[in-house]
Amino acid sequence: MIVAQPKPIKEVLEMVKDFKKILVVGCKGCVTVCNVGGAKEVGILAAAIRIARKRSGQDIEVDEHTLERQCDPEYVDELAETIHEYDAVISIACGVGPQFLSERYPAVRIFPGVNTQFMGGAEAHGIWSERCAGCGTCVVHYFGGLCPIARCSKSLLNGPCGGSSHGKCEISKDVECIWDTIVRKMTEQGRLEELIEFKPPKSWTTARDGGPRRMMREELVK
Amino acid sequence: MSGYKAGSNLEKVLKSGQFAFTGECGPPQGANVEHLREKAGHLKGCVDAVNVTDNQTAVVRMSSWAASLILLQEGLEPNFQMVCRDRNRLAIQSDILGVYSLGVRNMLCLSGDHQSFGNHPDAKNVFDIDSMQLIHTVKTMRDDGKFLNGQDVDVPPKLFIGAASNPFAEPFDFRVYRLAKKIAAGADFIQTQCIYNMDRFREFMKRAVDMGLHEKCYILAGVTPMKSVGMALYMAKQVPGMDVPDSLIQRLRGAGKGKVAEEGIRYALEQIEEFKEMEGVAGVHLMAIEWEHRVPEIAERAGVLPRPVV
Amino acid sequence: MSEFKPRIIAFCCSNCASSAANVANGMKKALPDNVKIVQVPCTGRIEVLHLLRPFEEGADGVYVAGCQEDSCQYVNGITQAAKRVAHVKKMLEELDVEPERINLFNLSAGKGQEYVEVAYQMIDTVKNLGPFLPA
Repeated sequence: MIVAQPKPIKEVLEMVKDFKKILVVGCKGCVTVCNVGGAKEVGILAAAIRIARKRSGQDIEVDEHTLERQCDPEYVDELAETIHEYDAVISIACGVGPQFLSERYPAVRIFPGVNTQFMGGAEAHGIWSERCAGCGTCVVHYFGGLCPIARCSKSLLNGPCGGSSHGKCEISKDVECIWDTIVRKMTEQGRLEELIEFKPPKSWTTARDGGPRRMMREELVK
Repeated sequence: MSGYKAGSNLEKVLKSGQFAFTGECGPPQGANVEHLREKAGHLKGCVDAVNVTDNQTAVVRMSSWAASLILLQEGLEPNFQMVCRDRNRLAIQSDILGVYSLGVRNMLCLSGDHQSFGNHPDAKNVFDIDSMQLIHTVKTMRDDGKFLNGQDVDVPPKLFIGAASNPFAEPFDFRVYRLAKKIAAGADFIQTQCIYNMDRFREFMKRAVDMGLHEKCYILAGVTPMKSVGMALYMAKQVPGMDVPDSLIQRLRGAGKGKVAEEGIRYALEQIEEFKEMEGVAGVHLMAIEWEHRVPEIAERAGVLPRPVV
Repeated sequence: MSEFKPRIIAFCCSNCASSAANVANGMKKALPDNVKIVQVPCTGRIEVLHLLRPFEEGADGVYVAGCQEDSCQYVNGITQAAKRVAHVKKMLEELDVEPERINLFNLSAGKGQEYVEVAYQMIDTVKNLGPFLPA
């Protein structure tokens, strides 16, 4: 899923400082799962904004709404009747949300309330980490089911580099050296030969480097 | 020049079977050409070739190719270095042609320290290709006369290809396989990370020799004299992939005030003596960073002077 | 000018806190009327939003009274509550509100005296901070 982090509240308050009636919109998708942008968090952000404004003696009306998803037009459409009543809208969905809202409602000021970070999953309750960089050409099966593009700090295909130490990446003791894990795993599986094979340079055309991407399923398009 | 891949001085010395001795010189953090010339001057006549680092530790310095050219002007042979962190394959191939055209004949292919270590941590990471693929690129340009996309290179660059090896990084067992992989990709010579743990290095070399790697590639052992106890502790704790045995730290501590640097040099000299006899080791790479003025003395005491002229 | 009487909301669990409250009652000790009690089955049930709401409504202070760390009937309810209170303290700081306006107290089942003391302690703290809302 897509993992995001809340923007510092001060930054959000600064974004809406000139507005009197705002809407906070959440999403029941990924951001609910990582406890950053669901209905609960909409409530918390709305309360925080009200508290800050009340404290500084200013008025503000903050409404709350959570859509099924902000990345599908049919759900975004649900706001059509009411969205124009607001001076500004804070979307706490991933980066896709504010953009879909902006496209659909060009007259409305839309602000992002979270910083979208990566595609990943939960290591444990409350901890999420990166797994996929969306390179467009998945090769995890060559590396024991692990992805060096997303999980190696240098995206090496012929790793590890000389900075790997005690299973950790040179950049921080908190970052796993995925190549250490790949080598150990594949050695255990008796697949060391495969790692000794030279992996040629990657084509980045299918990654973001090739330009903004689009995926189409012809048989589904009306 | 028949029989030589590039015909550099380093290649000639190694091919003749003599013990090679290379040094290192970091470019300035600015355009201070005078200081670079001065540092390089100390190394003249003491080493077969000089490594010129490339934004080492991700700190911006004069580019390796420019500093390499300055060294050529000073009558030294540079080991031009390129890291994969800062350039994509277009710039890489382009710079390879550039340096060759201006007289560079040795090239070291490295991954590069992550930019978070350096003074511009906000920079975008390149790593379009990795060090293994870089070695392969230089080899393809040199021996096949082709760019990575298969197109012809009008005049192929003849460079003597170097790579780095860290016998002390983990997983330990895999390091010798990685070395084999680099050699298969095209590395002609290897310089190891600086060695302090001699037991572990002996073990590594034994495996390398067992695999016959020393016959396919020249392996130079890295040596950095410890200047102080502080330096030893720093390297032991802060530098990833470095193995500094406690016994060495104790030895330095025991040397007494003002005598630590000398003890560090003595240790390095002992290492060099052993490397001269060690099977599979074709030479030594001395990294005396910002200590270039001591290199002539160290070279003298190590008995590697005068350098051979082939 | 009338003396500032802080309005405090107190979330009390049904176990230790409530039993302490009963003991206090028996001792004829009561909480002052500016402290409103919200009883919860366990402090672990309290969400971040519950802790923010009182401030939205203009309360001057909030506290959570629950069991000791090792005697929570639901095992780690009080531990969770402590984390949430800490989180709200940080949030308040970011909102330029004094983090001392929210606190957590660990009570023991029979300690009626303590039950009353923490209330007065909170009132004292908040009195010194002044009203939550500007005059």
